[in-house]
Amino acid sequence: MGQPVPVLEMTGIGKTFPGVVALDDVDFRLLPGEVHALMGENGAGKSTLIKVLTGVYSNDAGEVRLAGEPVRFTGPLQAQRAGVSTVYQEVNLCPNLSVAENIFIGREPRRFGKIQWSRMRKRSAELLRRLDLDIDVSAPLSTYSLAVQQMVAIARAVDVSVKVLVLDEPTSSLDTSEVDQLFRVIRRLSDDGVAILFVSHFLDQVYEIADRMTVLRNGRRIGEYRTAELPQMDLVSKMIGKELETLEQLEERTGRTHDRARDAPVVIQAEGLGRVGAIEPFDLTIHEGEVVGLAGLLGSGRTELARLLFGADRADHGGVQIGGRPVTLRGPRTAMRHRIAFSSENRRAEGLVEDLSVRENIVLALQASRGWLRPISRRRQEELADKYIKALHIRPADPERPVRNLSGGNQQKVLLARWLITEPRLLIVDEPTRGIDVGAKAEIQRLLAELSGGGMAVLFISAELEEVLRVSHTVAVLRDRRLIQQIDNDADLDADRVMQAIASGGQPA
Amino acid sequence: MTQPTVSERSAPPDQTPEKRGMMRTVLRHRLFWPAAVLVLLLVGNVFFTPSFFSIRLQDGHLYGSLIDILRASTPLILVGLGMTLVIATGGIDLSVGSVMAIAGAVACLRISDLPDPNSVGGVLAAVGFALLLALVLGLWNGLLVAVGGIQPIIATLILMVAGRGLAQLITDGQIINVRSDPYRVIGAGYVLTVPVSVIIAGLFVAAAALLVRRSALGLLLESVGGSPAASRLAGIQARTLILTVYVFAALCAGIAGLIFSSNVSSADGNNTGNLIELDAILAVVIGGTALTGGRFSIAGTVLGAVIINTLNITVYTVGIPSNVTLLFKAVVVVVLCLLQSPSFRAWASGVKRLLPTPSRAGGAA
Repeated sequence: MGQPVPVLEMTGIGKTFPGVVALDDVDFRLLPGEVHALMGENGAGKSTLIKVLTGVYSNDAGEVRLAGEPVRFTGPLQAQRAGVSTVYQEVNLCPNLSVAENIFIGREPRRFGKIQWSRMRKRSAELLRRLDLDIDVSAPLSTYSLAVQQMVAIARAVDVSVKVLVLDEPTSSLDTSEVDQLFRVIRRLSDDGVAILFVSHFLDQVYEIADRMTVLRNGRRIGEYRTAELPQMDLVSKMIGKELETLEQLEERTGRTHDRARDAPVVIQAEGLGRVGAIEPFDLTIHEGEVVGLAGLLGSGRTELARLLFGADRADHGGVQIGGRPVTLRGPRTAMRHRIAFSSENRRAEGLVEDLSVRENIVLALQASRGWLRPISRRRQEELADKYIKALHIRPADPERPVRNLSGGNQQKVLLARWLITEPRLLIVDEPTRGIDVGAKAEIQRLLAELSGGGMAVLFISAELEEVLRVSHTVAVLRDRRLIQQIDNDADLDADRVMQAIASGGQPA
Repeated sequence: MTQPTVSERSAPPDQTPEKRGMMRTVLRHRLFWPAAVLVLLLVGNVFFTPSFFSIRLQDGHLYGSLIDILRASTPLILVGLGMTLVIATGGIDLSVGSVMAIAGAVACLRISDLPDPNSVGGVLAAVGFALLLALVLGLWNGLLVAVGGIQPIIATLILMVAGRGLAQLITDGQIINVRSDPYRVIGAGYVLTVPVSVIIAGLFVAAAALLVRRSALGLLLESVGGSPAASRLAGIQARTLILTVYVFAALCAGIAGLIFSSNVSSADGNNTGNLIELDAILAVVIGGTALTGGRFSIAGTVLGAVIINTLNITVYTVGIPSNVTLLFKAVVVVVLCLLQSPSFRAWASGVKRLLPTPSRAGGAA
């Protein structure tokens, strides 16, 4: 057909885990210089396919060919030597080492066994400049933003003569301008002939950057498409395997319900609450049944604001009234006594205890608030776990499975279940839909709408503006660690107006 | 404390899938390998001492090698019990040996000062005082770790070193010998044919296991050890929990110290409980509790403590020269740790897969 020779060809890949067929006869090919998106819901087999490619897993069936030669990698290092590099979702670097050390760790330039520090710094600076980044490479990595850290991870990956670069959810913690910067880098690399395998849950980004895409569902390949020839709606229905109407119904049901929370009793009222270096003093009132969305760029103080309301960090300014009475939020326990719940954005480090089972994670907060002397009976624990596994469609539906083995979306649901069984009056959810698939996302949005319909107050944080607008009654806009404006989410509020508010710093246009 | 039986391993190859599933759960059980090694050691002893398993009644006391092993294990079982909970929170307690020495020394000193060393009340008061002191020492450790925020290994290193000095100060650098029948009962007495020390350790382990698993303590400890940050945001008060486990570990060590010194009717500030912290950590690890904290198994630690003491006795019965004793112990421990290591198992099963197998079709289901 006159097509270029694929740099990577995977044919008939199969991989089975105990009880699960993760990949079943999957074909995948990557052309030199293209950006190819791997699409699918959580658990569709994307990560497994990437891990087979990079040698983390060995495939049970099928063949991997790199530049025409059959290969079988036994580990990521071997794959990297052969020209297949990966940058993972969570940045896998050492924050306490310098940028240059991070780029060259494990393969430092040496002479007579001694590390050549100056050469290492020079080469690092060159590499980063290739990615449009001019920073001090001898500073510790932790002094830079997540976006810069991501670039450093990419610089590390592309240094070795790379043929295939795998980017697994590289944008999930970046804001818009940082994403643009990353995309410039991706385009430059693909112009150099590097084949890029791109995985992301953000459809808009996929359509912006990808030339072609392969869709997986339930461990099978659904098809390979040119991005330009596959409308977004068709892509989504191929990914979830349902007709789109169902999805639209979900979206409709989460639609805004205005003017209902205005006169409801106040759940929490913050006056001049603030913390030096985290967020400037702000006023915020949340009513029963009201969903307040926090909008703002990454680093604008969204999470910091939420943590003050939960007492996760101590405020050094102002105060809080809960149900009309002043309360000093000394810590999470005080907040929990006043029935405030907080689901952290960092679900692996600050949310779940990965060694514990789904059941144990679900009862953890309730048990903590009862104290260790009043245990929840095993039977009651099982009832609660079963109820929420069913209600939130947690998969696999096995309460005794360690949470570590669940996909991101299901982990998020477990975390939500933990807080829902404490029957909070105010539920603070920080990025509950980050890194999870379309179906689970719609489910969580619908759940929040239902809960607020039942009278629960919700503080909703998301980097995705559209989502904030879809879920919230009121949108609070943050910029530079300051709450600059609160806008009623009425019919004529749209993403543009919120962006304007962010851009103008809250001055009426 | 479910111990898998050995007979299931030698089952014939043509089993029903149901049986195979059962065997797999037995093989996968996290206490399978420690239990198997223990059984192997015990059976191995029979070849050298045919009467190894025989237990006879003499003067109303149970006698036999198995009883000896159990009796010798009691201090390590108790110290290991406390260590298990400390390690579950992600900590470690190096001071247990010193606490043992201090408890023994204080008790013996008090008893030797009694006008009548055989008065039950006086001995009880001495024992109570020694345990109270152990609690205070545990509180010291706990405060340093939970409130002072000092790394557990450093915080308990302080008492490990200073405690030895304190014990020697108490005993004035001498070995205190006591002649007190009531005190001797703790370590060397028998009740209803069973050694008192075994009863004490058994009751303590059972009570602790019940407390930890029937209340929510176990879950909260595993949560704190598994992820301190997540536990805090879930509203768990790690500070009190951590304080409690160090106090408990010191109490366990104190009782172990009393059993030890009572058994020999003397207190030696220098050698009592010397290096027992290492054996205790080993027992915990053999029992399948990771040093990183989180999931723990009390039954596993008990098994580990018994294995270590069986090894000690095996060395004598088999007649291994004393200069290679430690090497022999090391080999057994290394094998056991490898058998439990996930990455070694993965490697071993990889090797097994490379060997020719008659059919691989059976696995599909």
